[in-house]
Amino acid sequence: MGIDEDMERVTLDHGSGGLAARELVRRLFVARLDNPLLAPLEDSAVLPPIGGRLAFTTDSYVVDPLFFPGGDIGLLAVNGTVNDLAMRGARPLALSLGMILEEGLEMEILARVADSIAAAAERAGVPVVTGDTKVVPRGAADKMFINTSGVGVIADGVEISPRRLQGGDAVILSASMGDHGITVLAARAELGFSGTELKSDTAALHRMTAAVIARFPGAVHALRDPTRGGVATALCELAAAGGLELEIDEIAIPLRPPVRAAGELLGIDPFFLANEGSCIMVVEAADAADVVAELRRHPEGGQAAVIGRVKSGEPGRVVLHTAVGGRRRLRPLTGDPLPRIC
Amino acid sequence: MKPADVYRDPERVRRLAARLAATVHRPLRFMEVCGTHTVNLFRFGLRAMLPPELEVVSGPGCPVCVTAAVDIDTCLAAAAHPEVEFATFGDLVRVPGSCGTLADLRARGARVTVVHSPAAAVALARAEPGRLVVFAGIGFETTAPLTAAAIVQAAALALDNFCVLSFHKRMPPIIDRVLGAGHRLDGLLCPGHVAAIAGRRAFAPLAEVYGLPGVIGGFEPADIMLALVRLAELAGRGAAAVENGYPRAVAENGNPAAQALTDRVFIPADAPWRGFGTVPGSGLVPREEFARFDARRRLDLTPRKMGSTGMEPAAAAVSEPAGCRCGDVVAGRCRPPDCGHFGRRCTSTAPVGPCMVSAEGSCAAWFRYGNDGE
Repeated sequence: MGIDEDMERVTLDHGSGGLAARELVRRLFVARLDNPLLAPLEDSAVLPPIGGRLAFTTDSYVVDPLFFPGGDIGLLAVNGTVNDLAMRGARPLALSLGMILEEGLEMEILARVADSIAAAAERAGVPVVTGDTKVVPRGAADKMFINTSGVGVIADGVEISPRRLQGGDAVILSASMGDHGITVLAARAELGFSGTELKSDTAALHRMTAAVIARFPGAVHALRDPTRGGVATALCELAAAGGLELEIDEIAIPLRPPVRAAGELLGIDPFFLANEGSCIMVVEAADAADVVAELRRHPEGGQAAVIGRVKSGEPGRVVLHTAVGGRRRLRPLTGDPLPRIC
Repeated sequence: MKPADVYRDPERVRRLAARLAATVHRPLRFMEVCGTHTVNLFRFGLRAMLPPELEVVSGPGCPVCVTAAVDIDTCLAAAAHPEVEFATFGDLVRVPGSCGTLADLRARGARVTVVHSPAAAVALARAEPGRLVVFAGIGFETTAPLTAAAIVQAAALALDNFCVLSFHKRMPPIIDRVLGAGHRLDGLLCPGHVAAIAGRRAFAPLAEVYGLPGVIGGFEPADIMLALVRLAELAGRGAAAVENGYPRAVAENGNPAAQALTDRVFIPADAPWRGFGTVPGSGLVPREEFARFDARRRLDLTPRKMGSTGMEPAAAAVSEPAGCRCGDVVAGRCRPPDCGHFGRRCTSTAPVGPCMVSAEGSCAAWFRYGNDGE
């Protein structure tokens, strides 16, 4: 009953804090995530001093299924938290990784997710510096839940917040809408729906946002990643937090035909679908065209477009000019018709 | 977002809107019978393009909305049986009965599974031979054939652990009920997908019996606007006729194969409706031949009260939620904002009535999309 024979599936032993747990962490995580801050495996990682304000964020990932076209839970867990830092204009410095595993989870699945986390952290250039693994009895969790926290540094002079919204500002969406949400829904077997053209857009956006912020100092007023609740909810939150009205042109919104088609088939408005690789930028109108051009130089921003503008008007209201020439209000998602999307 | 086809061409829609404005010369009140029309009028922003003299009110065509509280209680009673896996479309899970929702019961340990088709419920029964899968059959002529097909399939497989709790409903009796009493309507926008199955002729009594115009409409923006233009033209010259405005999907006699499938499995029965009470012959229940697939004949469905761990025996007095006007909304007697609960106690996060729950519900559409361009 040594560890090696036991490595087919996760057992309660692997979360005990004993030998099996240490072996699991060493073989699955430390070997893959290797970096000098993680290596001591002490109670806390100690980061060097940083010159600037500290941004600190956390997010939990419970997506079902664990693997879907374009990504998996590990990729989301890294990119999502990196993006939360990027949305405040922070440069991500380090991540923590908390794993809650269900007893009986196949070790091969855990290894694939660990590979994915390591690759995503490497690509993003943001190390995982501390972590924790717990195992709960079969049925107490569904396969695997992940929490990541992240810290980042905000350079002096950078102030990204919806409070900076001004009448006349341009609203930009950096990528096509709804790809992640519809892909995960379609990947769920119960829908009996195969969407080969659908692919999650999960991506780390911090390099792209940093490039824009650096090139247009002061012109970027607010950033928001339209994850759960979709573009509609993110726009409403921006309008509410900024105390202004937004006016959005549906015709300008990038939406891939397979996403639109699948949304119609499933009866889901793409405005409410989660995105994991796009951001909404509110920028000074004079710079809008140049910001879009800069965004399009990045692979994540190839579809970037100005989709609307900020108006003085009813605070918190978002008006959509529909593609067919009508008009309606955009409201935040209420209820949760789409659980476990990230 | 580019309009993918001619039915979303902004120029075409704009021209139809202009034609509609030029056609409506006096106050007109049309009922859109179908929930999909309700939602799409909002979602595509079409309500903002309607002439001010044209009022469009909702009708009884949203299946979840017209499901009576007593039927939700029946769902709860079925789902409370320990051997039952209750399979349903998602909307129904959040509709309050007299003592809670299926979601509440699920939180207390009942097995409630959301499926997206009756066939998926059959598959569930095959995968879980130890459980009795009860599928809540809901919908009009459009979806009844799918449930019928599931029952036929279960019979062919000799599946003993699958049955249907049918709340399926028929459109003609409820239109009779809406128009039979005093109404203030100038025409009906008739549902394209019911007509695709039942045929244009199923709506002919509108004109022949009630002297009203009707136009069967599709669901794309140009379809809806065109149907409204033709309805306004008919109403304008006082013509009682039912026109097919959706010929690419609707035939005079509909889809006879689907009708035959429904007829083979189901037989009309009296059914309770929210807002209308019991309407004779408006429901569909499995025929004697398919009795073993009828949940009402297999399970004790006596209403119970929800306790801390599940459903407990109690004589529940079934009533619609106090102050909820869903019954008036589905009958076109009031608009969602006319209800005292709308947007206050009743929101899509915490719905009081089914019209706020259903994706096709009028209250949900007003709540999600309304209050601009109105």
